[in-house]
Amino acid sequence: MPPFRPPISGGRHEACRAGREAGMLKVSAIHAGYGPVQVLSGLSLEVSEGEVLCLMGRNGAGKTTLLRAIMGLIPVTDGEVMLDGEAISRLPAHEVPKRGVGLVPQGRRLFGDLTVAENLEVGLMTRGRGARVREHVLTLFPRLRERLGQVSRTLSGGEQQMLAIARALCLEPKVLLLDEPTEGLQPSMIALIRDTVRDLKATGVATILIEQRVDVALSVADRIGFVSAGKVAEVAEATALTVAAPQFQTYVGV
Amino acid sequence: MGFGPLLLLAILEGAVTAAVLALTAVGLSLTFGIMRVVNVAHGEFFMLGAVLAWFVSQWFPDAPLLAFLLAMVVCPLVVAGVAVLADVLILKRLHYEPEATIVATIGLLYIFQQAALSFFGPNARPVAPPFNFRVQLPWFGYSGYKLFVILAAGVLLLLVWLLITRTKIGLVMRATQIDRTTAKAFGINVDRVYAMTFGIGAGLAAIAAVLVVPIQQAHYLMGGDPLLLSFIVVILGGLGSLRGTLIAALLIGLLDGLLSTAFFFPPTFAKIVATLLVALVLVFRPEGLFGRRTA
Repeated sequence: MPPFRPPISGGRHEACRAGREAGMLKVSAIHAGYGPVQVLSGLSLEVSEGEVLCLMGRNGAGKTTLLRAIMGLIPVTDGEVMLDGEAISRLPAHEVPKRGVGLVPQGRRLFGDLTVAENLEVGLMTRGRGARVREHVLTLFPRLRERLGQVSRTLSGGEQQMLAIARALCLEPKVLLLDEPTEGLQPSMIALIRDTVRDLKATGVATILIEQRVDVALSVADRIGFVSAGKVAEVAEATALTVAAPQFQTYVGV
Repeated sequence: MGFGPLLLLAILEGAVTAAVLALTAVGLSLTFGIMRVVNVAHGEFFMLGAVLAWFVSQWFPDAPLLAFLLAMVVCPLVVAGVAVLADVLILKRLHYEPEATIVATIGLLYIFQQAALSFFGPNARPVAPPFNFRVQLPWFGYSGYKLFVILAAGVLLLLVWLLITRTKIGLVMRATQIDRTTAKAFGINVDRVYAMTFGIGAGLAAIAAVLVVPIQQAHYLMGGDPLLLSFIVVILGGLGSLRGTLIAALLIGLLDGLLSTAFFFPPTFAKIVATLLVALVLVFRPEGLFGRRTA
């Protein structure tokens, strides 16, 4: 049963702020992959409360595999994932989100035959959250309120991405993992997602964002990690980088 | 008897078949739709339900109604329990891999069949209906118990529908059916959902058997027909489609009733026609009549 919290007075920022818990994720030299194929080879990183760590790298570098390993969806064969000091890398996959790790998967992966309301309900059930959190989320994405009864696969691409993020926020996550949330979206939707990530940062959510767009990465990230061959090859403060920084050419190819 | 009364009788007989078949096939459809397991032992869960109903009837030989009511509760629970055990001890360890689970459920089929032969014997045994009365229709009287079977199956199917579409358990089952990896990422214990689904599927087959055993008799080899017809219904309706399964069960049940009662074809002929229907559906609409085409 979540503790009682006062009702929100409205606005995106306040909606995000209500009901936050501190969170910090530390990944230490993990190895993971798919069967005999080793994708992550001793990858390490840390993300703190209220920090946005953006991960960039070429296709196949191991970014999505990292998120799957953190979520427990593929086994971590060596190394450790710690959340707030608790080792979570040996937990069954369904226990990880209950600890407060939310995932917005690549390609959204909504429950397509379920309605918007039912997708949100799945998120709310994860950590036993109720009407208060649902209201927060619908305040962040008012368009979803108009579509609650609609089957989610019939939403537009932008609305589907809103729902994917909203569903993850229904967990009230300490740590949010976003896998290319701006992929294939129009500029107004990208701006909305950027604003949402900033608002979440302000409320203390630790965020790992996988992003291919340099402008988005530079505008929301505190640090940018460049992933190559299953490791974080380099980490830089976002303020120290520009669009023309050589790391983008070296690790991302843009 | 003129054709009109014969047609009415055929429809009633077909509706009884459809009702029992729908319950059995919905169990199979749930198992396949959610777990992607082709459960070849499904007919044996039906048989176990019937055999257990006979055992329960022996406890209260002078109170068939009490025995029936008890069997309606005990048999599906026991069979569901057996199914959950089979899931945890066998299917889960095979990681629900399609080929492996087909072989494993074939093994289960023989285990259940031989266990029934050992403990129940080779003879068909009757179970007294819980009540005997006839409903007088304009041209003939019809078994009140058979009408009750149609009604009871309808109520049970409605309950299953409500469970799937209106409850949190149903929501979790549907989410798992759509994408089990994402379901895990939202805290759903997929192993538990699978065990529950396998149990519910088997329990539905068992309850269908309890309903039908006063009409058919219990026998250790009686699982074959329900299995074949359930597969026909599930393929016709669309794999994993609950609505399709119900409509296909009605279609096959009525077809069976019409061919064997109104047109006096032997019962096997209805199965031949149904199997041909499946062949046509597989050729022209492989996703089934109500399944969704996948890319």
